[in-house]
This record gives sequence, C-alpha cells and structure tokens, in this order.
Amino acid sequence: MPSPAPEAHISVRDLTMAYGDFVIQRELTFDIARGDIFVIMGGSGCGKSTLLRHMVGLLKPAAGDIYFSGRSFSGASSEEQETMRRRWGISYQTGGMFSAMTLAENVALPLQLYANYDKAEIADIVAYKLALVGLGGYQAYYPSEISGGMLKRAALARAIALDPEILFFDEPSAGLDPISSRLLDDLILELQQSTGATVVMVTHELASIFAISNNAVYLDAGSRTMIDYGNPVYLRDHSKQAIVRQFLTRGDGTDTDTDTDTDSEQPKRPGHE
Amino acid sequence: MSDRNAAFKLVHSDDQNAILTLSGAWLQGARVQEFSVLSREMQSGSLSHLTIDGSALEEWDSTLMAFMLQCYNHCCEEGITFDTRALPASAQKLLTLATAVAPLKPSESPREHWLAKLSPRRLANQSGDIIRQSLGFTGEVTIALGRLVTGKSNTRFEDFRHFCYQAGPSALGIISLTSVLVGMILAYLGAVQLQQFGAEVYVANLVTIGVLREMGVLMTAVVMAGRTGAAYAAQLGTMQTNEEIDAITTLGISPIEFLVVPRILALVVAMPLLTLYADMLGIVGGGIVAGGMGISPLQYLSQTEQAVAIHHLAVGLIKSVIFAVLIAVAGCRAGINAGRSSAAVGQAATEAVVTAVVYLIVADAGLNILFQAIKF
Repeated sequence: MPSPAPEAHISVRDLTMAYGDFVIQRELTFDIARGDIFVIMGGSGCGKSTLLRHMVGLLKPAAGDIYFSGRSFSGASSEEQETMRRRWGISYQTGGMFSAMTLAENVALPLQLYANYDKAEIADIVAYKLALVGLGGYQAYYPSEISGGMLKRAALARAIALDPEILFFDEPSAGLDPISSRLLDDLILELQQSTGATVVMVTHELASIFAISNNAVYLDAGSRTMIDYGNPVYLRDHSKQAIVRQFLTRGDGTDTDTDTDTDSEQPKRPGHE
Repeated sequence: MSDRNAAFKLVHSDDQNAILTLSGAWLQGARVQEFSVLSREMQSGSLSHLTIDGSALEEWDSTLMAFMLQCYNHCCEEGITFDTRALPASAQKLLTLATAVAPLKPSESPREHWLAKLSPRRLANQSGDIIRQSLGFTGEVTIALGRLVTGKSNTRFEDFRHFCYQAGPSALGIISLTSVLVGMILAYLGAVQLQQFGAEVYVANLVTIGVLREMGVLMTAVVMAGRTGAAYAAQLGTMQTNEEIDAITTLGISPIEFLVVPRILALVVAMPLLTLYADMLGIVGGGIVAGGMGISPLQYLSQTEQAVAIHHLAVGLIKSVIFAVLIAVAGCRAGINAGRSSAAVGQAATEAVVTAVVYLIVADAGLNILFQAIKF
C-alpha cells in the first residue's frame, strides 16, 4: 500500500468507494495540504458527497485508505477516531441542525461535550460564533423558525464551534441567493485565513470555486475515477481533459460536444443515498 | 494551557480615553474574569474612546474573540468608539466579520414558561382542535371515497396493492404470536374459575367466544395501530417534510385521494382477514392450555364447534372493519397535518398511536353496548 505524503494534511490513497458490488469511484489518490481550500468537483451523481462521507468516516472505504496528518483513519481504534473527529467541523448539505434544539443549544452541544468551558463562557462563545455567521441574537430560535440560508450559516456556526483544524462542507452555497452565497464564501475564506484551518468542500458553484479554492479534484462519472487534480483556475485554462474545461466554463469551452455532463450521470440505485 | 493566565487591564488615560491591555494566552480553559467586571470599570468616568492593546497577547482562540465581541457590543450600546488597530490582524478580521451584521434584538414577547403548556384551557383547545381536524379529515375522506365510487378519483391501484401487502402478509408473524398468547391467557383466566365447578371443558366455549367477539379483533387492532398506523403517520409526515404533499397538491391531485384512500382501503381489506387468522390461532392457543389441563383435543374441538356461531364471528368482523377505518384515519390525519421537522414526524407517529388506541377502546365499548342492546 502506498504511504501518505508526509507534509500533507489529508492524503487519500487508492481509495475505492462502493455500495456492495456497485463501485462509485475507484483508485482515488490525492493530497490536501494544510491550509488548502480544497474542492471536490464533478457532475451530478458522480460520488462527490460519497467521497466526503468517506473522508469524514461515515462510510468505510471498499479499498485504499485516507490519512490525516499521516495517520490512517480506518486503521485507528475507535477512541483515536473520536479524537481525530473532534478536530473536524462538518456542515451537511441540508444543515443537519438538531430540530429539537434551539440554535444556541445546537452550537453549544459540541462545546459542552468536548471543551473545557464553564456555562457562562459557553454562552459567550455561542454568541460569538453565531455573530460570526451573521446570526447574532438568534440564540433562542429553533431551526424550523429560520430560513434555509440562515440554516446553512447556523450549521457553519456549529461546525466551527470547536475551532476545528479541518472544515468539511457539503454544498455550502446550494440554494442560497447570489449575495448570501458570496457572503458565505467570504466567511469561509476569512475563517480559513484567520484560523489556518484546512477546508474541504463539495460544490457546483463555479463562482465560489474560482473565488476561494486553491486546489481541487475532478471526479468523472463515466470512467468512475478522478481525471484531474490541481488549482481550478489552472484546470479551467490548461486541463488536458476536455470535460474538466467544459465543467469549469459551464460548457462554453473550446470543445464542440457539450452534452457530456448529462450523459455521464450514473443511475442511483434505490436505497443508496 | 499556558503558564501565563489570560488577563486584561483597563487604564483610564484621561477622562474620555482608556486603554484596555490584553495579556497572556487567551485559550480554552483560561479562567478570564467575567466581562461584567470590565463593564463596571468602564462605567466610571465619561468614557468615549477605548483603545485595545493586544501587543502582550500570546496565543488566542475563540475565548478572546467571544470576549472582544462582548466588549464591542457594550461599547456600541454606550456610544464608545472602539479602536482595535493594535489587535492581531486575524483577530481584527474575525471581529469585523462578527460585527458585520447587527445582532437581532430579542423579541419583545418573552418565551412562555413551560408549565403554560399544561394549562387546562389550552389542553381543552388542543383536544378540540384534534377532534375538529379529525371530523374535517373524515369528511374529506368520505368525499374522496365518493369520487372513487364514481370513478373520478386519482387513487392508484398499485399503491393499494402495495399497502395491502404491508398491512397484511407482513403482519402475520407478529399477529400469530400475540393471538396464540392471548388465547392461552384467556384459557388460564377461565380455567381457574371453571375448575371450582368442575366445568373445565367449558374453557373451550370461553376462549372461543372471547376470542371471536373481543380479544382477537382488539389485539389485532392494537398491534396494527402500533405497526401500520404509526407507519402511515411517519410516511405522510416525512412526505410533508420533503414537500412531496405540496408537489401532489400543485399537480392538481388531492393528497387524500392519492395518499390516504389507498392506505385506508388496504387496512380495511387486511384487518378482517387478519382478524380471522387471529381468531383461529387464538382458539389454538386456548387448546394448548386446555390440553395441559387434561382436556383431550377431541373434547376441546367438539366443545369449540358448539360454541362457534356465525353471529360471534360477525361481531368480530364488523368490529375489525370499524377499527381499521379508525386506525387508518388516526394515522393518516396525524401524518398529513404534521409539521416540517424530524421532531414533528416523531410527534405525528406518537399522536397516531395514542389517538388510534383511544378511538379503539371507546369504539369497542360503544359497540359492545350496542350489540348487548340488540342482543346480537
């Protein structure tokens, strides 16, 4: 088995993802450096979210491994996995906020569980985290009482509650208006710069890919593997793969055939989402 | 944690200006004095300009930022200008982010006390709402059934078949278990009394009549309320959350016809059949106990044959149809009217089972009085 790159924060090595016999993506190998804003790109249904779910340990690799600072996640004991998970913040596609708790309780939960704060300090930190995402004063609201965009930001507040080293985002700006989406991008960028965290995100939003990310991987649905890796701006102009250039230019690239994206969509088998 | 504790010091340079010096490592677990201490110090004098000096800061994390945010908000309220230029650049950035949007003022009406939920008037209102909703829902279902009879309905037969399978054959296992056990329980109950008169053989009559008229159908209904009624509520509640019901409505299809009618009909078809099955197994269960008390299978059978009468069977079957409608209506109503969160789906499932069981028992009592009165 190939070893992880020593300086990389996250190393994916020969990762094959499968639901039973159904292979989603095979032989993925790439590195994410410390402080990167890394984007997982690809057409609909190519396995981007599945890759993210593998990286955060919700799914087990069918083959290969994922290393965090050189340590294998699936090879670690469950206590070690817990310790590793504590340094991550994850924001899910639809927020994943606990609907039975107020926003303040949602954000406070990881702090109560894993941090060494007393009650008053937790209230202060929660107020600060909510203010950071522009939700100051919304402590007593329930997730069902706020809009979708606010929910995404609230999920971000919970993800950054413990000042994580790695932030995972699944479609952070999906369903947001352009201005909110831009504000969320700025927020992610600022947070990354001021805390030095590594950011891994799945997104379709080209504007935000070019605005904030400095490294990316493209997963192809047709060949079921990664076909390019690198800085998105560079890939847009110089990728050897036509499909990647098309993706990054919304199909306006130099190539003539433009319908590859919809053709390559994989069928979803029932019960596998 | 650092050796040097996080600390702050406020120095009034003159009447209007002050410098707040931050020092040490402001990290998680550092026991910083509370902000209220600082705000009291700031009260003294007519302070109008506060400069933050962060040059003595070591490491810092959200602890510092939470403190700074409180500072900022306090200064805003008091009209004090706030100079953060001496803070580390990244801390300044974070503070700018955190203060970009003015915090929402807490709403005027405070959240009510949790005990207020228990006020009798509100509880009465809630029960009233449920009854009104149920009546309205039953009305809608009746209209939808009318349209089904006249052939104008959008009910899909495939759905009906699917729900029949869910409500019927897949429930056989649990129904087998409960009905055999109920038969045995009835037999034990009767045997102890009948033995005193040497009339053990009448256990068969007791079990047969008890199971056919009452226990077979009631136990089946309770199991189905927990199994299928709750499932209906959860399915429809999740559909409400996923906006599926909105999609159905905007397609011009009545959700009642499309979702509720096939479920109700499926249960109405499945319940009498399950009840028949439960009746047979209940009698078998009674036979097992009777055998243990020395009544031969032949004796038990012939005694049962005498006891089985078509009107006992009919009572059970009539009840089963009525119970099926009640369970399905309770489940579907709770699901269709569910809120749009995961907690609401759970609440809908609970409500479905609770209302179904209450309906069942009330209806059972009513029917028994009725059958007694007409000597059926």
